[in-house]
Amino acid sequence: MRGPVAWWNDPWRPPRVLVAVTIGYLIWSLLPVLIAVLFSFNDGKSRTTWQGFSFRWYWGDETRSVWHDATLHQALWQTLKLGVIATLITVPLGVMLAIGIDRWRGRLPSGANMLMLVSFVIPEVLLAVALLFAITSLALPIGLGTSAQVVGLITFQIAYPAVLVRARLATIGNQYEEAAMDLGASPMQALRRVTVPMLFPAIFASTVLVFADVIDNFVLVRYLSGNSSTEPVSVKIYNTARAAPTPALNALATLLLAAALIAVTVGYLFYRRMTRGDATAGKGIAAFAGEA
Amino acid sequence: MTVAEAPSQPAKPGRTRTNPLWPTLAMPGIIWLLVFFLAPMYVVLAIVFGQVDPIFRTPVPVWNPLQWDATQFTYVLSRIGPGGAYGPALIRTGVYVLIASVLCLAIAFPVAYYVARLSGRWAGILLAALIAPFWISYMMRMLAWVNLLQDDGWVNRIASLGGLFDVRVHWLTGQPVVVVLGLVYGYVPYMILPLYAGLDRLPQSTLEAARDLGANRVASFWRVTLPMCRPTIVAAVLLTCLPMLGDYFTSDMLSASPKTAMVGNLINDSVQSPGQTGQAGAFVMLVLLATVLPMFYYVRVTARADEVST
Repeated sequence: MRGPVAWWNDPWRPPRVLVAVTIGYLIWSLLPVLIAVLFSFNDGKSRTTWQGFSFRWYWGDETRSVWHDATLHQALWQTLKLGVIATLITVPLGVMLAIGIDRWRGRLPSGANMLMLVSFVIPEVLLAVALLFAITSLALPIGLGTSAQVVGLITFQIAYPAVLVRARLATIGNQYEEAAMDLGASPMQALRRVTVPMLFPAIFASTVLVFADVIDNFVLVRYLSGNSSTEPVSVKIYNTARAAPTPALNALATLLLAAALIAVTVGYLFYRRMTRGDATAGKGIAAFAGEA
Repeated sequence: MTVAEAPSQPAKPGRTRTNPLWPTLAMPGIIWLLVFFLAPMYVVLAIVFGQVDPIFRTPVPVWNPLQWDATQFTYVLSRIGPGGAYGPALIRTGVYVLIASVLCLAIAFPVAYYVARLSGRWAGILLAALIAPFWISYMMRMLAWVNLLQDDGWVNRIASLGGLFDVRVHWLTGQPVVVVLGLVYGYVPYMILPLYAGLDRLPQSTLEAARDLGANRVASFWRVTLPMCRPTIVAAVLLTCLPMLGDYFTSDMLSASPKTAMVGNLINDSVQSPGQTGQAGAFVMLVLLATVLPMFYYVRVTARADEVST
């Protein structure tokens, strides 16, 4: 073990400024959230003064804790419901779209690709307002509330799996599929038995990413929620953060954070198992962060 | 499977006919995007160029483009122009987004550079910490700052050094600095990751060649690294800038004052007020234009970069 003086004099150490900026950034980005989590365990009503540790705001308080206040746990339930439903529809739709427009050559698929990319980058508020107008001024079978929220989330997220899967398709190329077809497989069989298994890591990673993104979503779900019973956690935080809330709000946010972190950790461990010994799949957590 | 055969162009020699499987796979997604993405945009157009019910002040969409009436659109445009009521918010949005993007880049580039190229065995842990904000709800991260920036919050307490000075700054009542820093705090992670990906892929051999040929650290960074990752920087800046243009909740959470209202706030405020729906739609169209044009530029830049790299 070298001492700090030796480290300081080491000509091969990384530039000090970069180390300082990185460490400073990490503290700045994570410490406020950790403090917010800490205060969800506060025994008192304050969100700025520590008054002892308790689970009061999770279930201890008879009226205002997450467990007892219906508006709070309804919000959490709504968030998780939207996350599951939207992810289950978005991922198959996006994967099929990606394979389709990747293999299908011509004007129409490249136009569709452009449309998909535009839907990927436009500010969410534009899509939210457009869908709100469409739903309120047309007689659609979709009403504001959970169904409208699901539709909006799918539209906004569909490009995510599609982009990841297309990147992975570009990495594996089509030689495996051609080999399968040379050996007598029909295109459908080649797709089902060769391409899709090879795409599986990308599909799985995008599932976790879409889920985490959906439960974070705020703009779309707020515009498309019909009334307060379909407001998820993010909207709840937005509505009450400036109106003298109790640490129960921190507790709610912490529970959502825990859900997201569990989903991601479990997903990452599965992903590592799945790609073990696969030289073409991205290694480590970087591949999992959406850069296939 | 008539879908694939419908285009009647003669099959070129040496090119295989499109397998009907691919259109079949792509169709559900394409139809979804047409119905729930493109069609709602047309509804917005029909409302922007439509009429307003004179009694109930509700928008009356006009579907036929030949009967479109540009009154609401020109009304918004006239208020955007110099001296108009919306002008300050537009200028403010531009200034905020510009400052926030520059600050984001100033933070994100060193961090991404260090983690991608110099961190060695710490890379995995550092990367996990950099990705963590992605899994933390944006609203929760803003809530964390709302707590810290209260009048009796930790920021004021730390600034007063334990009662040494009397610092009573009302951070949460329309401070532009707080809003800009909030934007930076919110969007920096979205810039770090693309930069990391780009810097991670830089060929080490090229940089070593630059050093071998006599460039020092600064010169090799300035003349090799930076030009090589210019497309990445453009992409990363666009990926953070464009969402910021539509942002209204950061300003709402951290200031809640019209003094820091951005374009997003104008849209958000006018969507629900009766009679102003068309104006909200006009804003949506303008922001869409401001978004899609850089997007086409980005696609062209990346397409060219692909050509160069292959």
